[in-house]
Amino acid sequence: MSGLSGKAAIVGIGATEFSKESGRSELQLSVEAVQHALADCGLTAADVDGLTTFTMDTSSEIAVARELGMKEMRFFSRINYGGGAACATVQQAAMAVATGVADVVVCYRGFNERSESRFGQFSLAAATQVNTNGLDNAWTYPMGLGTPAATVAMQARRYMHEYGATSEDFGRVAVADRRHAANNPNAFFHGKPITLEDHQASRMIADPLHLLDCCQESDGAVALVVVSAERARDLAQKPAYIAAAAQGSGADQFVMTSYYRRDIGISEMGVVGRELWRQSGLGPQDIQMGILYDHFTPYVLMQLEELGFCGRGEAPGFIADGAIEVGGRLPLNTHGGQLGEAYIHGMNGIAEGVRQIRGTSVNPVADVAHLVVTAGTGVPTSGLVLSA
Amino acid sequence: MTSSVVRPMVGRDSAFFWEGTAVGELRIQKCNKCGALRFPPGPACPECGALDRGHIVASGRGTVFSYIVHRHPPVPGKDLPIVIALIDLDEGVRMVGEVVDVADTEIAIDLPLQVDFRRVDDDLTLPIWRLSSVGPVETTIEETP
Repeated sequence: MSGLSGKAAIVGIGATEFSKESGRSELQLSVEAVQHALADCGLTAADVDGLTTFTMDTSSEIAVARELGMKEMRFFSRINYGGGAACATVQQAAMAVATGVADVVVCYRGFNERSESRFGQFSLAAATQVNTNGLDNAWTYPMGLGTPAATVAMQARRYMHEYGATSEDFGRVAVADRRHAANNPNAFFHGKPITLEDHQASRMIADPLHLLDCCQESDGAVALVVVSAERARDLAQKPAYIAAAAQGSGADQFVMTSYYRRDIGISEMGVVGRELWRQSGLGPQDIQMGILYDHFTPYVLMQLEELGFCGRGEAPGFIADGAIEVGGRLPLNTHGGQLGEAYIHGMNGIAEGVRQIRGTSVNPVADVAHLVVTAGTGVPTSGLVLSA
Repeated sequence: MTSSVVRPMVGRDSAFFWEGTAVGELRIQKCNKCGALRFPPGPACPECGALDRGHIVASGRGTVFSYIVHRHPPVPGKDLPIVIALIDLDEGVRMVGEVVDVADTEIAIDLPLQVDFRRVDDDLTLPIWRLSSVGPVETTIEETP
């Protein structure tokens, strides 16, 4: 086990409602989520001395601190690469509290990603940004490849060709997520399960991806409170100990378009996985459930392989018998995932991991000792192992 | 079709590529020290570290490594659907390109392609690709309507 393992815990979780039109500012959403997360664990804004978020977030740490009435802040940091930042905001917080750089760090992410800037659209801003990411996008956007679904579809088609995977294999991920969301009153798709036939009948977005392979665009915010393991024991909730917190970037890495590697794929998640197992001293056999980032279904299959739950190309067989649904061998995304609950850039999945440790999930998995959470796929990314 | 085409960000390290498409050449960066070819280009050679670089002109032949048919949402400057492929060039590098004059039922992995060029205006010429199985295609500068 590494020096970070078990030294910090997530003790508070908070969120706004998840919707298609929040009706308030992105800053207000984040402030509300932070207030809920602090109330959840019995701390106040006066206790907070650090904030972390995504580089993409439009609400700066100082703006959130002002609204919360925080006086002084000792630690603040941001992580790049879209949804790949999610678990890394917790890693930043864990490293800060484990080393005494800060005592109480709140990780937050809030946006009006449906009612304002929609990530599913073709983004001219991404194509014209004045930095190396903009230069990288010169090799795809002008050619017509510029939506997240399209960039994932390119990977999905090759995966199907290499391993004989089918659209139905992708669909089983959506069916599992929507089954879990159906039980979740906070999910956008509460009470709306789907069948594999529904998935197959949904319109094509970017072949081979159907509409129901794609997560929804959502408005909302999530916040997480991280303190040292020692302090966690004195707070209101059962701590979710951070057994491992890792980032990963692979060889010849790009943002959503790591297409120039021989085998393409998401080797960056393999980097995350190996580091999670090294830090925690655990392995896939020790994990009872997972929250695997599901903005698009094919990457859930590829993550199972990169994290070592099955061999390369074996994920379609691994999930065929309902393994990833509640009651299966490795239930995934028990909140409904981003396909079913909401797309809050992976932060809502971390909150669900905490609920599973606490035993308060709407789809509880029995006897969870350790679980894995991942962040955005197709980008430089991150992951966590949370332990009871 | 929605608004005008998406223009590439062009920098000092990539200008040679776009200067090439303007004259009907598909250029691939070549390290002047170790000879390694590279796409996308950049200021250094990841193989040997040399900063001394030039380029070769590709044959314009390649095969489909993967592909998509983009149907939704709208793409600026394009009538949907469009077929976009990840193309393994004969020279050993890989790039993304639009495949034109191909049915969505016709495109497949491993099909051979041939590059062509679509002149957008004085500032931009895009490489495009066609099935080479339909016969040899002369490389021409195609005017956009």
